[in-house]
Amino acid sequence: MTHASDTAPRTLFGKIWDAHEILRHPSGQSLLYIDRDLIHEGSFHAFADLKRRGLRPRRPRQIFGIADHYVPTLGRSADDAASPAIARMIRTFDENMEWGGLRHFGIASREQGIVHVVAPEQGITLPGLTIVCSDSHTSTQGALGAIAFGIGQSENAHVLATQTLWQMRPRTMRVTVTGQLGRGVTAKDVMLALIARIGAAGAGGHAIEYAGEVVRDMSIEARLTLCNLSIEAAARLGMVAPDETTFRYVAGRHYAPTDQEWDLAMAQWRALPTDDGATFDREVEMDGAAIAPMVTWGTSPEDAVPITGRIPDPASFASPEKRKAAAKSLEYMDLAPGTALDGLPIDRVFIGSCTNSRIEDLRAAAAILKDRKAAVPAIVVPGSTQVREQAEAEGLARIFREAGFEWRQSGCSMCAAMNGDVVGPGERCASTSNRNFVGRQGPGSRTHLVSPAMAAAAAITGRLTDVRRL
Amino acid sequence: MKAFTRETSTVAYVPGVNCDTDQIIPGRFLKADRAEGYDKFLFHDIRRDPDGKLDPTFPLNRPGAGCSTILLVEDNFGCGSSREGAVYALADAGVRALLAPSFGDIFFNNALKNGIVPVRLPVATCEALADHLAADPSATVTVDLEADQVVLPGGLGSHPITIDAFARDCLLQGLDEIEMTFTYMDRILTFETDRMARNPWLAR
Ligand code: SF4
Repeated sequence: MTHASDTAPRTLFGKIWDAHEILRHPSGQSLLYIDRDLIHEGSFHAFADLKRRGLRPRRPRQIFGIADHYVPTLGRSADDAASPAIARMIRTFDENMEWGGLRHFGIASREQGIVHVVAPEQGITLPGLTIVCSDSHTSTQGALGAIAFGIGQSENAHVLATQTLWQMRPRTMRVTVTGQLGRGVTAKDVMLALIARIGAAGAGGHAIEYAGEVVRDMSIEARLTLCNLSIEAAARLGMVAPDETTFRYVAGRHYAPTDQEWDLAMAQWRALPTDDGATFDREVEMDGAAIAPMVTWGTSPEDAVPITGRIPDPASFASPEKRKAAAKSLEYMDLAPGTALDGLPIDRVFIGSCTNSRIEDLRAAAAILKDRKAAVPAIVVPGSTQVREQAEAEGLARIFREAGFEWRQSGCSMCAAMNGDVVGPGERCASTSNRNFVGRQGPGSRTHLVSPAMAAAAAITGRLTDVRRL
Repeated sequence: MKAFTRETSTVAYVPGVNCDTDQIIPGRFLKADRAEGYDKFLFHDIRRDPDGKLDPTFPLNRPGAGCSTILLVEDNFGCGSSREGAVYALADAGVRALLAPSFGDIFFNNALKNGIVPVRLPVATCEALADHLAADPSATVTVDLEADQVVLPGGLGSHPITIDAFARDCLLQGLDEIEMTFTYMDRILTFETDRMARNPWLAR
């Protein structure tokens, strides 16, 4: 690993890391300053740890609590929770936030939503920051040009107590997506294509920077989807250099700097992008034009193929472990090798999760659903209460309802099935979420990961469908 | 944290590449208080048949497997969700070390903070060890953190443990990281004062 001197060209990642390194232990770990710690209901172990030690959060103004994993989507009170145990999680969260003197967006708050949707939306996520949350998809927030990564509860307690974290500096990887994406191809498809290529362990120990024309042309919302899925390639984090698109997005958000402070911030942010000549430990290039709408067939995000493809034969994999895993996946998914993905019947559709629940995602799905009807049960769970309100104002909610979708309140919902919104055993779900793991959406659930437009197409036909045909 | 110096044990082999933390502990159990003990959730759904009965072919359900404090697992073990509950479940079941070609990064860190040593070994070594264990289930492995090596049976020799010196020190001494970090508080405060002066909006 190389540590650049002051004059050597540096990467976006290197600049932010260096600016947050309080000290480096002789053993190689860095003590990093953490600008923001985001808390959700699952963080209760960290609070128990603090209480046991007689400690309190040291920097309450830099910590934000957002209820998402356990909140009901059919009502806005803990009493609406699917079980008393789930209601207790929501109440414990509120109690912990109050105990710690922390700003928090509880279930009934207008700022509530999925933590990785809300933080950028509120300007809590800003370029150049270090952001942690005890959730692996914290990588999402790197889309604004920040170092944002998931941590465990022990690390979370450490951050709450000290506002710092010991970390090994990851290696760097640049993923350059050249050219232009075709019609019906989205950031979700770019990532599924990348993960299929490098593998679910492919970016282990690396910080990814996404670059290239395709990424430059992307909106912030698409970049959030891109960085979100970094963790599914095992990357420590994902990021995109801040540019005019970023600054336009950040300006005017609630916790963003204003007036002279905005100028101060901009001077720092403009210096963040990777210098010419900076080197990465690994480079991956993808041709944007060659990417098709993708769909997963197995139980790992790496099990992804173009919608025009067929389910592979486990015997076609190189290693015995992969052959065994593919056979096991197909058994769980109840699928046979050689089956075409296009036309595969599904039982339900889920549009939501921190991957694909922002307003542009809902617009893309609604554009397909307009004047059409869903053939299978389907729900839309907006990523935040603000996204929900905006979608209602834009008339998207009406389109979803008229198509027969359930229009829910925001939260993680069926992505992780912790709040009681589950896919039934043996049911096949076309889902815009990020994980097709065994049992992820409920015991026995079978998940096919797709983009929002592809999910909408699947809802209409009741089958996995190439959205470009509709 | 429970200190770790040296551990010798038979080895239970739990196969499966990309074994994510949802498999190690399903999300619906994460509401439980730690005091309850998380061992009962370990591999909950994959060690049972759909009716909830223990599947006798699952490695940890075989007689004697529960006594192994070292597990051999496969590539990218602990990928996915950052839930530390996955490590609690392993720790509460008595697991002290894991052998695999690679681990999920967050899981790896979580393990170290809970006194579990994740040892990265070459794929070929893991495969050879799995073969050897199939032939001789009573074979033992020693994870010797003091000597920085893992000693394998069946002529597979010894391999270095590749965790950084910082985490190693913490494990050897059972050190509490928060208390250790507090000893650097003057440097943290100096850094913080400077950072807040240049980014005053961060702490409003
Ligand atoms: S939406 Fe899903 S992946 Fe995202 S934070 Fe919630 S549970 Fe995690």
